[in-house]
Amino acid sequence: MHATEDTATTTPRAGARTGPRPADGGGRPRGGLRRPQRSERPGIVWIVPALLFFGLFGLGPVLGVVYLSFTEWRGLGEPTWVGLENWAEMASDDGVTNGLKLTLVLTALCWATQTPMALLFGVWAAGPQRIRAVVSAVYFLPLLLSGAAIALLWLSLLDPNFGLAADIGPFVGVPDGNFVGDSSLALYVIVLVTLWQWLPFHMLLYQSAARQIPRSLYEASEIDGAGRLHQFLFITIPQLRHTIIASSVLMIVGAMTYFETVFLITGGGPGVSTRILPLVMYFEGFRAFDMGYASAIAVLLVVLGFSMAMVTVWLSGYSRMRSQREGAQ
Amino acid sequence: MRQHFPQHRVVAAASAGALLMATACGQSGPGADDTLQVWAVEDEVLNPLLEESIADFNAGSDVELELVTIQNDPYKERLQVAMGSPERPDIFFNWGGGNLGQYVDAGQVYDMTADLDDNPEFRDAFLPSVLEVAELDGSVYGVPMQGTQPVSFFYNQEVFDEAGAEPPETYAELLDLVEVFQGEEVTPVVLPGAASWTLLMWVSYLVDRVGGAEVYADISRGADGAWDDPAVIEALERSQDLVDEGAFGSDFAAVDWDGGQATTLLAEGEAAMILMGPWMVQDVEANAPEFYESGDLGWFAFPEVESGQGDPSAVVGPPTNYFSVHAETDHPEVAMDWLIDSMASDEYVQGLIDSGAVPPIEGIEDDLADSERAEFTTWLYDLTEESEHFTPAWDQDLDPSEAETMLTNFSLVFEGDMTPEEFVADMDDES
Repeated sequence: MHATEDTATTTPRAGARTGPRPADGGGRPRGGLRRPQRSERPGIVWIVPALLFFGLFGLGPVLGVVYLSFTEWRGLGEPTWVGLENWAEMASDDGVTNGLKLTLVLTALCWATQTPMALLFGVWAAGPQRIRAVVSAVYFLPLLLSGAAIALLWLSLLDPNFGLAADIGPFVGVPDGNFVGDSSLALYVIVLVTLWQWLPFHMLLYQSAARQIPRSLYEASEIDGAGRLHQFLFITIPQLRHTIIASSVLMIVGAMTYFETVFLITGGGPGVSTRILPLVMYFEGFRAFDMGYASAIAVLLVVLGFSMAMVTVWLSGYSRMRSQREGAQ
Repeated sequence: MRQHFPQHRVVAAASAGALLMATACGQSGPGADDTLQVWAVEDEVLNPLLEESIADFNAGSDVELELVTIQNDPYKERLQVAMGSPERPDIFFNWGGGNLGQYVDAGQVYDMTADLDDNPEFRDAFLPSVLEVAELDGSVYGVPMQGTQPVSFFYNQEVFDEAGAEPPETYAELLDLVEVFQGEEVTPVVLPGAASWTLLMWVSYLVDRVGGAEVYADISRGADGAWDDPAVIEALERSQDLVDEGAFGSDFAAVDWDGGQATTLLAEGEAAMILMGPWMVQDVEANAPEFYESGDLGWFAFPEVESGQGDPSAVVGPPTNYFSVHAETDHPEVAMDWLIDSMASDEYVQGLIDSGAVPPIEGIEDDLADSERAEFTTWLYDLTEESEHFTPAWDQDLDPSEAETMLTNFSLVFEGDMTPEEFVADMDDES
């Protein structure tokens, strides 16, 4: 009795909360692996620096652009408030409609080419063989180059007179090697270049994700007699769901803002056959100096990118997902 | 038509441009100390000349000048953004006309009329038709600072000889040449269509030859329905005919000017002709020195359109570039001193002549005749002096927004994605 009293007084909190314990009562409580509890969870103050930074460099400019989209401003002097004029103009502007259409087509084509290839190559590269590591390292090379360097590199390769295109063209049904100067081909050229540019990045995502899939799943399925195709379809792909979504969101939002690749390779041409929305925005803002109108297009791009990301997440049922690895644990 | 100078190793230029822009951004605000910033585009020829003139001036002045150079293509944007900010230049390179006009309207340009009235010998040194482009409502806002740049044809003499061709004097002869060169499997005319200002050269010359200088003068003034002129329609139809006949080859939309491809095609005899500004000569010298040395580079004026009403002597192109002074500079008198001391000075004018440029200065025939490129420069000087009209480059003269729509629409017309009728309707909506 006496001893118990003593314990109670020396460890009043433990005693008060948990009462007398079974056999190991004098030892650690069950949750004892935790460090001594902090007095409080991180308070609101802790996020102030991040919030300030995000507000200043993220949210602030966006709000500024929203404001500008209701003004007429040439970049000089004071913006003039014009209400919804820019927005009304946008609805009937062929340039914007065309740019929007091209942006959506480009986004879809980029996703449809990059996702399957990145998935296949990434899973392949995740294998343990050394040769795969070597080949992957070579594949990842474009990641080291800046977007502008890649665009200029491809621009010289695609030059119909002096580039590789002149030699390759005849074999693929383009006798004059004129890929970038043909309005029916230029967009596919962009798809190809962005595929080359971004494949390694998404491959890297899939590679690392594929390496995280527990071996036990494959071992179990092997015992059940599953072939490699079945393993890929019913283990690898479902296990990579989160990665597929993350990579798709990055691709879709990224494709919304493609700029330098298109700008440097085709400049939006020939005609307007590759003038995607970000280029329309650039030309309106920095060539025509119609900053208000360009801002309205920018807001459209933000809304579009954000909502497409949300739709992707929603369609994939991300929020309802639980652990992907029930079988493993 | 923007001016393009021999500086097109694209990568080098792009990175150098980025660096220069970074340095330009990093500098302390002008006027903070007693330094005036002089902004100009990067130019291998002009920059050293300006440096020299500035160094001479700084030696005898308390207030120093400092040259800031910016790559050609981003220059307009950079200037636009800087003009209203504390990072503004004190003296800035510009194109005169509508481009300068917008800054004048914003009250950002120093009116130098009085300074010029005090120095009549300076004002009268310039060819009046060229100085006029920097005049707005009777006030002068800019001083010519480099060569005049009327557009003309350049051709490869060797290719012409092999085909037995002569420079055409009429448009019909030009069309005949297209067939001749197609027979020789040579691209008749190289058109760097990836840069839409090169399309403008064709359209503006055709409009001028078909309908006369008044057609564009009306458009420039913003007259109602000025675009919807039969001459504009005809000029665009003729342009589309040239494309359809293959005058520009099949890949013109992929040929750029800044990369030097067009010059190389002409120099290597893959193409017979090009319509370009006089900077072509410097470009050939820099990018195709063997061709330049061979003396096979020839030139001729845009031919006459027989049915047209235009004066066949008229020229089109950038009259020159100008230096203007910012209205808020701390030392306008110093800026004007430098401009008046230098821009028509013997050293500066001779430097321009030595570089192959043709300064818009009265009475320099003899100096040009002694220069290295005398054959071309005297021809160009005579062409400019004898022309009744100097139509400025439309894209520099018009309001930037209208100019941008126009250039985009030109590329649509040349691609066959827009009819001439749709073009004029769209442009009249815009203006």
